[in-house]
Amino acid sequence: MTVTGNRADGGIRRIYNVLQIGYSEAPGNPPKGRNAMEPLRETPLVGRHRDRKALMAPFGGWNMPIQYEGILAEHRWCREKAALFDICHMGEFLFVGDIIGGGLEDIFTFSVATIPEGRSRYGFLLNEQGGIADDLIVFRLAPDKAMIVVNAATSDNDFRVIGSRLRDGALLTDISAATGKLDPQGPLSRDILTDLLGPEIASVPYFRFITMDLLGSRAIVSRTGYTGELGYEIFLPSEKIVELWDLLLADPRMKPAGLGARDLLRLEVGYSLYGNDLDETITPLEAGLGSFVDFDKRFVGKDALLAQRVAGCRRTKVAFRMDSRRSPRHHYEIWSGGAQVGTTTSGGFSPMLGCGIGLGLVAPNAATIGAELTIRHDNVSMTASVCGLPFYREGSVRR
Amino acid sequence: MTMTFYTKEHEWVKIDGNIATVGITDYAAHQLGDITFVELPAAGKTVKQFDVLCAIESVKAASDIYAPVSGKVISVNEALNASPEIVNSSPEEEAWMARLQMADPAETSKLMRRERYDEYCKGL
Repeated sequence: MTVTGNRADGGIRRIYNVLQIGYSEAPGNPPKGRNAMEPLRETPLVGRHRDRKALMAPFGGWNMPIQYEGILAEHRWCREKAALFDICHMGEFLFVGDIIGGGLEDIFTFSVATIPEGRSRYGFLLNEQGGIADDLIVFRLAPDKAMIVVNAATSDNDFRVIGSRLRDGALLTDISAATGKLDPQGPLSRDILTDLLGPEIASVPYFRFITMDLLGSRAIVSRTGYTGELGYEIFLPSEKIVELWDLLLADPRMKPAGLGARDLLRLEVGYSLYGNDLDETITPLEAGLGSFVDFDKRFVGKDALLAQRVAGCRRTKVAFRMDSRRSPRHHYEIWSGGAQVGTTTSGGFSPMLGCGIGLGLVAPNAATIGAELTIRHDNVSMTASVCGLPFYREGSVRR
Repeated sequence: MTMTFYTKEHEWVKIDGNIATVGITDYAAHQLGDITFVELPAAGKTVKQFDVLCAIESVKAASDIYAPVSGKVISVNEALNASPEIVNSSPEEEAWMARLQMADPAETSKLMRRERYDEYCKGL
């Protein structure tokens, strides 16, 4: 048997390389700003992952756990109970200064100045052409303090770009190496964290966070995540991460889950993945994420988006369900009425729906809900129909 | 008497008279991870040795499965349509994929026996 996967070049992969498929940047296609020869980075938990015999693979320049006992089992555990993800690879920057005077207000597609303390907001860092340099979340820590949480592969570039757009008097620090991040996610995560960490967890609403003493250090516990389930992101100094990992996993309701399950979980609720569904050539309007763009403020890339809004997008995000258990994958062709109308940006098998699901970019007239599409790759042709998002609607995220 | 042979592409084939039963090995199933779909060949399909017989998908990858021997498909394992996860739980027993009427018994000379296959896997 020969394995093909989510590769841009459609290259044939041998079976023993299967684990890299869909999760890695192939040699010669390194993450932006990173040398392909640079060794993979490791989180403080790499020893724990090895102890559990996790399957490891490169992701965003990091050697990350893809699965422990199995992707479907971990996916199910997160939907039904609570799963713990090592997300230490993501980047964190600390901004200190006047939000408006220091220039932070004019950098992202959303206002930072109007985020109340203790809340966070999702949006984009754009290039001059309106393309998405990264999708990120800003946490308002204090009147003059914000934490910016970015994707791993784009972190170095983000730091340069954001730094170059700030004005004198503002201080931006890359605190990624010193900051660890664990995501407990799942309907039981609130009960578990309340039991283990304290009763104040119980009252944190969606997209709000608290700071608290945890294992002798200051931690940020945020009610956010990437699974569509009730869940938290915990930021803690790196040297305490192993201790927190062990503490949370001592609860039998919590099990570790890898990036394989995380990818299925996020896809089922229609969240975009940077590097697949979003990149420097795709604008938020094309990606169907215009609601995270505030046109009443200044930001880099605004002129390009305004022009695109007037002219109309030449392509738009589409969500589709396969009529079988077959999975579409990244870079498959999307056809409609005998013509290619776009390409897939994400795809996989949805355990909750029992069929293949995918996201793509297509000509706007092909994205009508209910419209039939044909997904093609090599000699395979599969039927799909356009649907709304999320694919899976029963998640506990706002419970 | 049945004899089982293996390919470098990780298919197994059990030969009983002129009937060849085909599946993928435990090694392959483990490497693929959770199987989500098996595209079975059409009954009556004729294949040459090492041509594409059918296809399989896991949460991680899509793969072609090659015919270990030439022949004509006489039956397929319909249970895999509804329960592809059998490939993970019992890859070399329950999860057979197709039975072929073998065209040329001499083709087994191009295949490996278990010992050689196990050694081959160790080297991967």
